[in-house]
Amino acid sequence: MRRSIVFTTVMTVVCLFFAANLCAESDEYRVGCAFAVTGAASWLGEPQKNTVEMLAKEINDAGGINGKKLVLYIEDTQGDNTRAVNAVKKLIQKNKVSVIIGPSRSGTAMAAIPVAEAAGIPMISCASAEIQLEPIDQRTNIFKVAPNDSDAIRIIYDHIVARGIKKVGIITGTTGFGAAGRTLMLEMAPEYELEIIADETYSPADTDMTAQLINIRNKGAEAIINWSIVPAQSIVPQNIRQLKIDIPFYQSHGFCNVKYAASAGESAEGTIFPCGRILAVDTLPDDNRQKPVLHDYKTKYEEQFKDHVSTFGGHAYDSLLLVVDALKAVGDDPKKIRDYLENAKFIGTGGVFQFSPTDHCGLDKTAFEMLTVKDGKFVVLGQ
Amino acid sequence: MAQRDYFGLIIVAVIVTLIPRLIENEYYIGILVFTALNCLTCMGLCLLMGYAGQISLGHSAFYGIGAYATGILTVTLAWSPWIALGAGACFAALVAVVVGVPSLRLKGHYLAMATLGFGAIVHIVFVAAVDLTGGPNGIARIPHLDLFGIELSTDKSFFYFSWAVVILGLFFALNLIHSRVGRGLRAIHGSQDAAGSLGVNTARYKIQIFILSAVYASVAGSLYASFVNYIDPGPFDVMHSVLLVTMVAVGGMHNIWGALIGAVLLSILPEFLSELSDYFGGVGISYNPDYDMLIYGGILLAIMLFLPGGLVEGIRNFLRFSFNAVAKIKRRAFS
Repeated sequence: MRRSIVFTTVMTVVCLFFAANLCAESDEYRVGCAFAVTGAASWLGEPQKNTVEMLAKEINDAGGINGKKLVLYIEDTQGDNTRAVNAVKKLIQKNKVSVIIGPSRSGTAMAAIPVAEAAGIPMISCASAEIQLEPIDQRTNIFKVAPNDSDAIRIIYDHIVARGIKKVGIITGTTGFGAAGRTLMLEMAPEYELEIIADETYSPADTDMTAQLINIRNKGAEAIINWSIVPAQSIVPQNIRQLKIDIPFYQSHGFCNVKYAASAGESAEGTIFPCGRILAVDTLPDDNRQKPVLHDYKTKYEEQFKDHVSTFGGHAYDSLLLVVDALKAVGDDPKKIRDYLENAKFIGTGGVFQFSPTDHCGLDKTAFEMLTVKDGKFVVLGQ
Repeated sequence: MAQRDYFGLIIVAVIVTLIPRLIENEYYIGILVFTALNCLTCMGLCLLMGYAGQISLGHSAFYGIGAYATGILTVTLAWSPWIALGAGACFAALVAVVVGVPSLRLKGHYLAMATLGFGAIVHIVFVAAVDLTGGPNGIARIPHLDLFGIELSTDKSFFYFSWAVVILGLFFALNLIHSRVGRGLRAIHGSQDAAGSLGVNTARYKIQIFILSAVYASVAGSLYASFVNYIDPGPFDVMHSVLLVTMVAVGGMHNIWGALIGAVLLSILPEFLSELSDYFGGVGISYNPDYDMLIYGGILLAIMLFLPGGLVEGIRNFLRFSFNAVAKIKRRAFS
């Protein structure tokens, strides 16, 4: 008798537990995020985490999506490959998310891609490297919202060619971002009839690039391109000023961080670099299609977090809005979300996206605007 | 090999076969694969540190050499992953000879510094030799291993395979310890001069054990590359070497079982902390993984201060102490 009571109670509890789970499943949409919230790449992951949390709260306060609650599972990759692999597995297998946003860094994204592909869960990477999407037939579930490095180079080369410059010296950081940029710059130079006469590198921990810059100067460069995403890149303009090298100075979109301009101080004035429009919203012409989105994001983010808005947070913003669009349209079946994303059109902070089965990035060189530093602020470069 | 060791091996084998039945979620199985790789590297390091008494702060370099050998040979030269694994191990052994012959003449801090420098140099090569290693962009699409026609592409199959390798490695290490070589190594650890005077060829033994530990690390690295299918220089930096030494020290340097337990504990710890923070997240207590290093440091400090022989020896002493205490009380009660 007593045993049967115990048995019934246990079974009831188990049933209730499962029932609770079932209910929970039916009235929420689960989205996974894997960002480098802490660690050396936290400057990427932290604004991304802030952004998605802010957006999710806003969406849920407004009644959710199709009447269902948006639930975010945010994992910290710490910018570490092994952790990123574990994080994505956790999101897929434990939290049963229908789509993943992130990771933040190209290396972690590359490590996580095989996991997402094998599980058939769409993943919208916030990292920029183009190799993430290669070859496209093996990357059916992978999308990215960060603009292409090659497009940033195109817009820089266009600008250089228009000035009548032929000889360029490049200096790159030895990180994934720097190395990818270096390879692409060398590859694409002939297309623009440019000659790379000096090819120098520096490690993220270097504190002085004078030697490399002297090399570039002595080889007779007419312009310098500094391609890096680490704080050390701010030392390059300072060294250029100390060496009194007076030739046009370009930076990559890795310079799109107000803190970098601040740490370079006065020497950053006049630097030319391609960048997402988010950092110069106020100086954009009013007829720009992105301006309302950008303005909205910037105001909300800066008000809530008392910090400068960044393009990296913007990638998370675009990813989540894309996901929300997909969930609204097709529900939370991963396959349907994938199919939706493949044909999505969308105006985001990163540009005007136009995805297609052969283009999982959806951005071209119009994603960038040429900016310059004026009085310590980023402004749109006058034509 | 002592009877106790056979018993231990059987226990490990039983646990390994039971775990996938107890844990359904593949995510945890994936973590245990990385744990197995750390165990393998730590066993080699334990032979070097605990038995031969030589320190190496550059072991992630050998781990990386294995991984890059697999990556480069399978992707650019389309070799079989098995041959690549063997080639990686041979290359790691060769590097160990080249590095070991001059540096194992050093002692104490000097040896630590030499191996630290070696680790840093190898990491720089991974980053800078772009044409060979892909530089910071790494190598993608590394093929899975296959075993008798079965592709080890799922976490579960790789879990069984990697732990089988660990058990094999453990078996080999235990046999070695209980052989003439093992006793010779312990003599070197005790006093190099005394061992030499007793006819132990100290220089040769030290080199041999250094090579062996490099091969262990290299095999673990090759398995890592085949499991994750992507490598870049990130996981093979100097901090990883430090973490490996920490694992060995926490478990207990003078006992191969200690290295195993230390590696398991410290590999699972970050996941445990993150689960804990998920659990307490609802109450408003959040844990920031930035503190991981702080916790590792704290654990190492506590172990060094209070259990200098590592966890395993500490537990053994504690058990012995409590047995003695109980026996004493019994004796007193009866007399």
